[in-house]
Amino acid sequence: MGNIARDRILRRLHKAASQAPDVPATACLPIAAYDRAQRLERLTTLMRAMRTQIEVTNSRDWVDRLRAILKNRNLKRLLYSPETEMGRELKAAWPDDPQALPALCSWKGQIEEFKDELFHIDAAITTTRGAIAETGAIVLWPDEKEPRLMSLVPPVHIAVLEADRIYNSFCEIIQAEKWPDHMPTNALLISGPSKTADIEMTLAFGVHGPRELIVLIIDTM
Amino acid sequence: MAEPARFDFKKNIAKALKDRQLRKNLRSAMDGLRIKRQDVFDDAREFEELRRYGNAVKERALSRLPQLLEQLEQKCTQNGIQVHWAETTDEANQIVLEILQRHKATRLVKGKSMVSEEMHLNNFLARHGIEALETDLGEFIIQLDGETPSHIIVPAVHKNKDQIARTFHAKIPGAPYTEEVEDLNRIARTTLRKKFQAGQAGLSGVNFAVAETGTLCLVENEGNGRMCTTVPPVHIAVMGIEKVVEKMEQVPPLLRLLTGSATGQRITTYFNMITSPRKPGEKDGPTEVHLILLDNGRSRIYADPQLRQTLYCIRCGTCLNHCPVYTRLGGHAYGFVYPGPIGKILTPQIEGLSAAGDLAFASTLCNACEEFCPVRIPIPALIRRVRNESYAASAAGAIPGHGFRRNLMEIMAWKAWALANSHPALNRLGFKLAGRIGHLLPAIGPLKAWTQVRTRPQFALKSLHQLAREKGVPNG
Repeated sequence: MGNIARDRILRRLHKAASQAPDVPATACLPIAAYDRAQRLERLTTLMRAMRTQIEVTNSRDWVDRLRAILKNRNLKRLLYSPETEMGRELKAAWPDDPQALPALCSWKGQIEEFKDELFHIDAAITTTRGAIAETGAIVLWPDEKEPRLMSLVPPVHIAVLEADRIYNSFCEIIQAEKWPDHMPTNALLISGPSKTADIEMTLAFGVHGPRELIVLIIDTM
Repeated sequence: MAEPARFDFKKNIAKALKDRQLRKNLRSAMDGLRIKRQDVFDDAREFEELRRYGNAVKERALSRLPQLLEQLEQKCTQNGIQVHWAETTDEANQIVLEILQRHKATRLVKGKSMVSEEMHLNNFLARHGIEALETDLGEFIIQLDGETPSHIIVPAVHKNKDQIARTFHAKIPGAPYTEEVEDLNRIARTTLRKKFQAGQAGLSGVNFAVAETGTLCLVENEGNGRMCTTVPPVHIAVMGIEKVVEKMEQVPPLLRLLTGSATGQRITTYFNMITSPRKPGEKDGPTEVHLILLDNGRSRIYADPQLRQTLYCIRCGTCLNHCPVYTRLGGHAYGFVYPGPIGKILTPQIEGLSAAGDLAFASTLCNACEEFCPVRIPIPALIRRVRNESYAASAAGAIPGHGFRRNLMEIMAWKAWALANSHPALNRLGFKLAGRIGHLLPAIGPLKAWTQVRTRPQFALKSLHQLAREKGVPNG
């Protein structure tokens, strides 16, 4: 079935395509250009409109800020990666205070062994690859240190973003980082907590993905 | 649910128009969607530029469709994605079944996919003892009620929250009766989380497939699509062969056009780009990813330069929201998977004119669909093409079933019309007759469809020509 279908479909398409020349490619649309402050402003505004909690902080205070946000929220465990720079900083500055703060925990083994546990973790923190000002979204390239489901299964997702990595547009980050040469297993744009309007077009947040998205922007300027 | 045994469009229309609840539900949803879309494309010039680009990208991609599909196949294979080809929906169903059986999977979790609707996959799998569970909230709701989607983007748009509350209470074990949207969402979330965890395979559609990288792009808000494509060990993606684009850098404008037109969003919550199965060292994601490329009539549509434009469609559903016919009928009246303006041109081409050609006649040709289409598909021109082919003689048509409406009465009527308009004496006689007995046009036979709902025309007793001559206006 497979190859016969393939050959027949392609034969029909080739026959039809050969009857007209290729249409020339169009030039890319111009990329929106904002300055640094505008990028930060636009990203913050658009993502907040999608009910993302955004905190602009700096590399010294960010863990304190996170602690303040998570304090007394009755979150038991916070999933993090001990293998990233951010994870190490977090671990070093995270007090053991199980009454007020979630305990740090890390991913164990392959998803097959870890799945049941993962579905019972309250929150996860990940790094980001960058962000997009034009549409308001963070960019994630999950990897072996920070698997794909960290930003999906726990009801609270905290993402740490460096302000210098906010790009003007999606097109710009694809071109600047030469994505086509090295696409990862999975790349993601995330603009807020999961949502739906499938019932009477009423917008409701927190469906299958996280109910909350908290973005900590580390601004060194 | 399978297609109705015999598609009776007129009966469906009458039923939909009488359904007050449906009309009310549709009205508020459609108004809302149009306003949101307008807000996100508030700069008319920018929108025109954007959709010209979208149109050019699709035109270019389709002009190289076979090459791009081969490139996509090659790249996907290199990345470890297994590519399958299916000429028909039966073949595609069979491929899905074989993959699931190989993994002894009986629980499939599904993200929203119109191609899987086209395949009637859920029913097919149910017959083989496999539970295919819809996880998009709208799809989940209608699956509980054994219905099909009534809209490409908002599948449960025909229902209001009271109806959904009753469905949940009756069909989900332990679900309390609640009309609060937040609570209804919570019930769905709790129910489906267990299903994601237990799913043995996941199935999704594809919004764009990028040939240069072999990347499958998925657009969604809820996170169920990411669940289906990440949690289970096997991911099967089904796509129509027309969804391939050339380059990654062409995706952002198409994405903006899609989300803006579909739901009035600048971007959806998630844009999910999948390029390979789990690599060594990675800790999650499916270990197997399959891509099924479905033809189902598309290569035939492709062969005709005008009809090919049907394949530009990115399934945003905005033509439905702007159609004066769809917004009053809803999707079920159309009887097939794709309703509204795009359905009127796509369905007859896939299913053949004798099965679905009537769809093209439910249009006022008001042009709203073309004006709002983010990739500038000339839908009204294509509707006229489908209509013409419905009457075309012998081999003049490219759509299967052409000439199905051809009948002696109409042929004779047009012959008479041509004769009367090419012979002055006959023409004069015609006017005389019209003036005297034209108002007596009977409400029977083929005229009934017109006369039963309209005031009969009053023809003038004297023609303008005659009146002018009587006033002494020189002839010439």
